[in-house]
Amino acid sequence: MRQASIAHILLVVAALAIVPLLTASNVVLNFLIVALMIALVGQGWNVLGGYGGQYSFGHAAFFGTGAYVTAILQTRYGVNAWAAFALGIAGGALVGGAIGALAFRSGLRGSYFALVTLAFAEVLRIVASVVPITGAGVGILITLDLRAQAFQFQSRAPFFWIILALVAVSLVIVRLIEQSRFGAWLLAVRENEDAAKALGVDAARVKLAAMTISAAITAAAGGFYAQYFLFVDSGIAYGPWISIEALLAPIVGGIGTVLGPLIGALAVRTLGEITKLAIGDAPGLDLVVYGSMLVLVVAFAPQGIASLLAELRARLTRWRASAPERTNA
Amino acid sequence: MLSPVILIPAVLNGLLTGAVYALVALGLTLIYGVLHIINFAHGALLTAALFAAFFAHQLLGLDPYLAAVALTPLFFALGYALQRFVIGPAAHGEDRNILLVTLGIAVVIENALLYAFRADTRTLNLAYAFEVLDLGVALVAVPRALAFLSVLVVALLLWLVLSFTDTGKAIRAVAKEKLGAELSGIDVAHIYAVTFGLGTACLAVAACLLIPTYYVNPHVGNAFVLIAFTIVVLGGMGSVVGALVGGLLIGVVESLCGLYLGESLGQIGIFAIFILVLLLRPSGLFGERA
Repeated sequence: MRQASIAHILLVVAALAIVPLLTASNVVLNFLIVALMIALVGQGWNVLGGYGGQYSFGHAAFFGTGAYVTAILQTRYGVNAWAAFALGIAGGALVGGAIGALAFRSGLRGSYFALVTLAFAEVLRIVASVVPITGAGVGILITLDLRAQAFQFQSRAPFFWIILALVAVSLVIVRLIEQSRFGAWLLAVRENEDAAKALGVDAARVKLAAMTISAAITAAAGGFYAQYFLFVDSGIAYGPWISIEALLAPIVGGIGTVLGPLIGALAVRTLGEITKLAIGDAPGLDLVVYGSMLVLVVAFAPQGIASLLAELRARLTRWRASAPERTNA
Repeated sequence: MLSPVILIPAVLNGLLTGAVYALVALGLTLIYGVLHIINFAHGALLTAALFAAFFAHQLLGLDPYLAAVALTPLFFALGYALQRFVIGPAAHGEDRNILLVTLGIAVVIENALLYAFRADTRTLNLAYAFEVLDLGVALVAVPRALAFLSVLVVALLLWLVLSFTDTGKAIRAVAKEKLGAELSGIDVAHIYAVTFGLGTACLAVAACLLIPTYYVNPHVGNAFVLIAFTIVVLGGMGSVVGALVGGLLIGVVESLCGLYLGESLGQIGIFAIFILVLLLRPSGLFGERA
């Protein structure tokens, strides 16, 4: 689990890619599409939070920008959906870069950084719920146009492959970052920013780059959301729910690992579905489960599920190995 | 537009609201000052306190001001237990983890309330809620004036506790120098929990003062907590005086922004201050260097 090679990534992606060939169930596909979307959001958070140690509580700012830019360019300016999607990613990166430049130039760290990201996301949410271009309180409905060139499809399978491809790209990007000099700088900043600076790492620039990449990945998920659901409003796009999902997935799956966000998103979503089946669908219940999960994982498995499983396996082998001694005693 | 007939009541109202904001911020800044963490569960705990005050009246017929007597120690105990048995052990002493744990608690409390009571907004109908005092220049609602005075009393009490009791001295010692305090035999885990308890108790008082003129729903705390964050950052993290001055200031700013920009954009004024202070002077007006 420590190091996922490109081959590992391809294997995981290939295994997921055949799912639509095995089942045409909309329930299964919809579940996986949403889980993969969250994995993408989480992978974005992971670049900045997991590798860079900068915990953002406002990744909704990037998700929302991606979603709104994609929706607004199509509905108001007649831009092609794919182009709008690409520009949405660029828009998210821009917002990430801008917030990062402001925050890191002021030397904000730790709690202060979390606070300022939260505040920016909230400002964007309030602005989006008031100004006309975002449809104010009503939101934006993307016109139904079921053609591939409009980034809309009759069935769910193409959506599934697209989000899977996006996730695969994000996995490879993170893998490449991990191996690069930039990745080493990022880890150095996470572990000890002052020491990293003393060694000549331009910490502010490294963090800014990480935040821009992070925001771009998260914005891609936002743009995808807009195309998949064909609806965006301020509560969905900039709401706190997505900021929570963004950090929950990597933390549950394994913070600062390539596959962590994907594992985490699948685990969190599965648990959410089980809760719904067990207790019934009620507002708030899934988030109660998510919140408890966050506390429990931080308390008992700070390295995430993957390391927890590895630990259990190690304990089991140790326990087995010591079995003869126990019978003798 | 700047006629004193409108301006004076707006400022006065802002001061009255600001006092309650200050009390919420006081709890937050106290916790920050000692534990050096931002308690993201503060808003959710306020919501819980508002629900408690609401149901104390609905089910037990307790007047909010009487309920405060019972709810304050109750919430002190709740805060104490949260820090001692959940946040402290779960965080393994890592600041980043504390952020996540308090966020997780906030999500749990807020959504458990949403699950239990739905998104409905509830209000109390109290006979005295609409009584007003004529101050000559403006009319002031009695419960809000009462809240203002109560906040001053609570702040004074808190100051007395911190200044003159052994526990208060221990709290200040831990805030200044944790290791040194530990070496002189102070139980740091206990003091942390007491501080968290005091911060949470402030919320119980704030809730009882708010409920006669305010409403409660599962998300109500969010509005306050971001304002409280702003106040704490503006006043200086950990500064009690800063929280009081910041609270009153923000109350007035909100009232005036609401007057000139309208309700929803009025909030932007607060966020603008928040972001500007964070970016330009993160240590705040009264804080030590961050």
